[in-house]
This record gives sequence, C-alpha cells and structure tokens, in this order.
Amino acid sequence: MVHPAPHNAEPTYAEVNRDILRTLEKPTARWYAGVGVAFAFLVFGAFCWARQIYYGMGVTGYEPPAFWGTYVTSFVFWVGIAHSGTLISAILFLFRSGWRSAVYRASEAMTVIAVLTAALFIAVHLGRVWFIYWVPPYPNVRGLWPNPRSPLLWDVFAISTYLTVSATFLFMGLIPDIAVIRDAASGWRKRIYGMLSLGWRNSNHEWRHFMRMYLFLAALSTPLVLSVHSVVSWDFAMGIVPGWHATIFAPYFVAGAIFSGCGMVITILVPLRKYFHLERYVQVRHFENLAKLCLLTSSIVGYAYVTEYFIAWYSGNPFEREAFYSRAFGPYWWATWTMITCNVFIPLSLWSKKVRTNITALFIISIFINIGMWFERFVIIVTSLTHEYEPWQWGYYVPNWNELGILFGSFGWFALVFMMFCKVFPSIAIAEVKEALPPPGRSHGGGH
Amino acid sequence: MASPPTVDTTPGVVGVFGSLDGALLALRELKAKGYENLTVYSPVPNHDLEDVLAAPESPVRMFTLVGGLTGCAIGFFYAIATSLDWALVVGGKPIVSLPPYIILGFECTILFGALATVAGMFLNARLPKLRRSAGYDPRFSNDKIGVVAFGGPAQVAAAEQIMQAAGAEEVKGV
Repeated sequence: MVHPAPHNAEPTYAEVNRDILRTLEKPTARWYAGVGVAFAFLVFGAFCWARQIYYGMGVTGYEPPAFWGTYVTSFVFWVGIAHSGTLISAILFLFRSGWRSAVYRASEAMTVIAVLTAALFIAVHLGRVWFIYWVPPYPNVRGLWPNPRSPLLWDVFAISTYLTVSATFLFMGLIPDIAVIRDAASGWRKRIYGMLSLGWRNSNHEWRHFMRMYLFLAALSTPLVLSVHSVVSWDFAMGIVPGWHATIFAPYFVAGAIFSGCGMVITILVPLRKYFHLERYVQVRHFENLAKLCLLTSSIVGYAYVTEYFIAWYSGNPFEREAFYSRAFGPYWWATWTMITCNVFIPLSLWSKKVRTNITALFIISIFINIGMWFERFVIIVTSLTHEYEPWQWGYYVPNWNELGILFGSFGWFALVFMMFCKVFPSIAIAEVKEALPPPGRSHGGGH
Repeated sequence: MASPPTVDTTPGVVGVFGSLDGALLALRELKAKGYENLTVYSPVPNHDLEDVLAAPESPVRMFTLVGGLTGCAIGFFYAIATSLDWALVVGGKPIVSLPPYIILGFECTILFGALATVAGMFLNARLPKLRRSAGYDPRFSNDKIGVVAFGGPAQVAAAEQIMQAAGAEEVKGV
C-alpha cells in the first residue's frame, strides 16, 4: 500500500521537535505486547544457552566434521546486519545524501545492537563461556602471545574496533538530540538527560568542533565498515577449505553485509514508522532509496555467486568443483536454493517502481532478504566443512532445537534492546532532520 | 540564593530571533560595530552563521591525525613486538610478516583516530559543560536562534538596540 503523504508542507523546526519527542512518551499496550513477545523469545534463547552451559556442547547438533555451524553462521549474519547502519550514517554522509537524515539514527542504533548480538554468539560458540577472557590478545601462561597472522586475531581487532567506533558515532550524533530532550523535560528526566547531553548548548563554538568531529568520524568509519566484513570473510578465505579459499570473499561479504543490513533497516523501519506515525519524516522515497540499495547489492551478491561457480569450474580443481556441485545438487541443495531464491530472484522484483514504493511488499521482501542472507552464511560455512577433501570425513549437519532456540532468542534480544532504545532516545535524528529543512524565517535552502 | 555562575561574567545581552535572516542581520551589524565576543545558539549548524562569525578552522583534525598515526604505530608495534617476543616460525613465514600486520595497524589507526577525534571535540568544545552558559535558553534547541553580545554597559545598550532593530523577538540581559 502506498501511503499518501499526510502533510504535504514541510514541517517546521518546532513541529520536528514535537513529533519526534512524542515517540518518547509513555508506551501503549501494543508496545508492551511487542516487548513481551521479544522478551519471551529472549527467555527461551537464554534457557537454551543455560542448558548448553550446564550440559556442554553435546546438546547442539555439532559433530565431526562440522564444529562451525549455527553459531558462527549467526555471528557472521549479525555482523553483516550491522553494516548498513554505518553505510547510511557515514558513507552517505560523506556523499551528502540528504535522504539519510530521516533513517540514519534507527540504522545506527541497529548497527550497535547487531554488533552486540554478534558478540553474544562468540560467547555462545565458545562452549566454555567462562573462558571468554581468553579472547582478548594477551600472552598465555608460557608468555606466548596470540599469532598476529591469524585471521581470528584480526577479527578480535576488527570487531572490537567496529563496536567501539560505531557506538561512539551513535552517541556523538545523539548529543544535540539529548539536549533537545533535556530542554523539553522536567524533574528527574531533565537531570538524567542533562547529564547525558554533557551540557551541550547548541552554541556556534560547539557546532564548529562537533561538525569537524562528525566529518572525521564518518571518514574513519567508511574504510572501517569495508574492512570489518572483509576481515570476517578472511576467517574463511584464509583457510584451505574448498569453497572458502577465494579472493572474491572480501568484496562479496561486504556487498552481502550491506544487502542484509539494508533489508533489516526496512524490516525495522516499517513497524517503527507505523507505530509512531512518522509518515511525514520516513517517507516512501526513503524506502525506495533503501530498496535501490538492496537491488544494487543483490546484483553484486548474485554476480559473486555466479563468479564462484564459474571459477570453481574454470580452476580445474576437482575439490572446488565437487564442493560447488555438492552445494547446488548435494545434500544441502535446499539451503543453497533458498539462498539464491531469497537473495537473487526475489529482489529482482525491486526493478519495478511499483514494488519499490509499496511498503507492504518491501517489508515482505526484506524478510526474505534476512532469511536468504542467514542461509548464505550457513551454506558457505556448513556445506564446505561437511564436504572437504576426503570422502570418509564428509558429514551432514543440521541445527537442532537448542541451537535454533538461541538463534531465535537473539532476535528477541535484538528487538527488545532496539525497542528500549526507541523509547529512551529519538529514533529519528532531530538535529539532522532540521538541517535538511529551510531554517525559520528563510524560504529557501537547508542549513547546508 | 546566589545567581548561578556563568561562563562569561562580563555583562552581555541576548537576542532571541525567530528568523535566521534577523539573526544574520544582527550579527553582521554587531561585527561591523566591532563586537568580537559573540556567541550564537542555533538548533542546527548553519553555514551562513559560520560565514558571518568567520571562526578559524577547528583544530579537531589535528587530533584525528595524531591519534591515527599513534594508533598505526601501536598496531604495528603490537604485531612486531609480540612476534619477536617468542620467535616461533609459523607456516614457514618470516617472524615479522608485514602484510598481515597491516590489518592490525589499520584497525588501530581507525580506533585511536576515532577516539582522539572525540577527545579533540570534547577538549575544544569544552565538554562536558558543568556550568550554565550565558544567555542560553531552552528555545534555542527548538526553533529560535540566540545571539549573545558581551561588553561594557554602553556596548551592551548599543547591542540591544541593534538586535531590536534586526527584529529580535526578545532582548534581555545575561
């Protein structure tokens, strides 16, 4: 359905404050119902994890040769989801894409929460979670440091840098908006938001340094976002496993990450916009632009799929050929064709403007994109590990209910934290939306 | 109760403007009359205001540069020093294999560069601010623009007239 714009005139600065601060008001019963559902998923996931901690990794479906399964798949999936937030907040900022202002805050929050969710899967995957302090790089009892040539150590550096920088970027962008909440609040809320705003006053001295800081954070985040999923891809590409050892992995993973991230942004923005009645700010054109990004990255991902198969054939390497033949026509054909259908065929419908501007259709397509991208990581990880060089070590792994419980629990956790964020902080950037509007007393041009 | 301390104890005047054009007019006039100690509160940054105020380039970029270079050095130092600490040959590669260390150097460049940039903003913008700012009004985070001029009693009186002539909705002492 295409929503007609309820207000054709551009909002004034005061209306922006009023409309966006309204999203922080007392939640309704529907909101609590949503929180309840997310919490139920989280509790079930926590139960499954507790069971795994108590009984050990034997409660999962892991068995030789597959010891990287659902958890590593989900880790890569959530890191990938995190990518579009930084794309929208940093890369589109550098490109001066005005449309980002309405959607970047929600995407950026999604980024930080998704990286936290990915970090949870590191803990889940470890099995003996009480040894998680082994992850940071420090020497063992014999004084031997972790190997700096290992992609797993690169991952520690990349993910922790990404979490720190994306959280910093989110909080820095929030400061002027927190000051808006402080100025409109009273009582204990005013005190808390006053502290969180760090005494921000919107003065020209503050803006001057703030805008420089924001520009440089965007400039630093841009190569970072491209590097993080490249490093994640090297967790696989550096291994001599058929189906993994490919130079295309870094750009292929980055495009896939942005694809899945844009899909998830659509998934969360549709209900957010409807619940908060933000049609005036998050407009159909924003969804259309996100859909175009999905279409572009879907094409890149589709091209990567074709290239992988072509190179497997062209290489003449029997192991590569066998790995890819097995992916498409072997025991995991269902996963591979789910991946290709969701990531390549279904997004082809986005060539149609009618589909790109139909919010319901976009929401459904975005769900398929999420499913497809989870399956992509499953296909890469599991089909290769269960079908390596020696036929005697081939196997078949499918996740059991305990692993799927933790996966669904992670969606509950993600939704819960995101909903809490939206009630505590503005999910639309107040200052940046105002910047794109004509200033008061001037009929032309934005603040730029 | 004693009045709350302010950033600048010099007497001043604040004009509340409902329009950017009015604020720009007042600022241009104040600058022409030699007022240098001016503060503008605006809900969003604005290039027209920046042009009139003609403030020098923010030094935050130097923090980014120094932080980034420091991070790069730390990343490479970590990788090289830990490899040399126990010279164990892995996979027949040289003990110090620079190509993979670029990744650690790069990640640390970004991490330290970003943190130094934020530190630079905090230091230069004087955040966190624990004291009240002279003339600040909650309306300045909504839809009004505030222009604050400081000076002696005669200058303040003249500034008040300039602001009123430029269309200030309200002018008061700070």
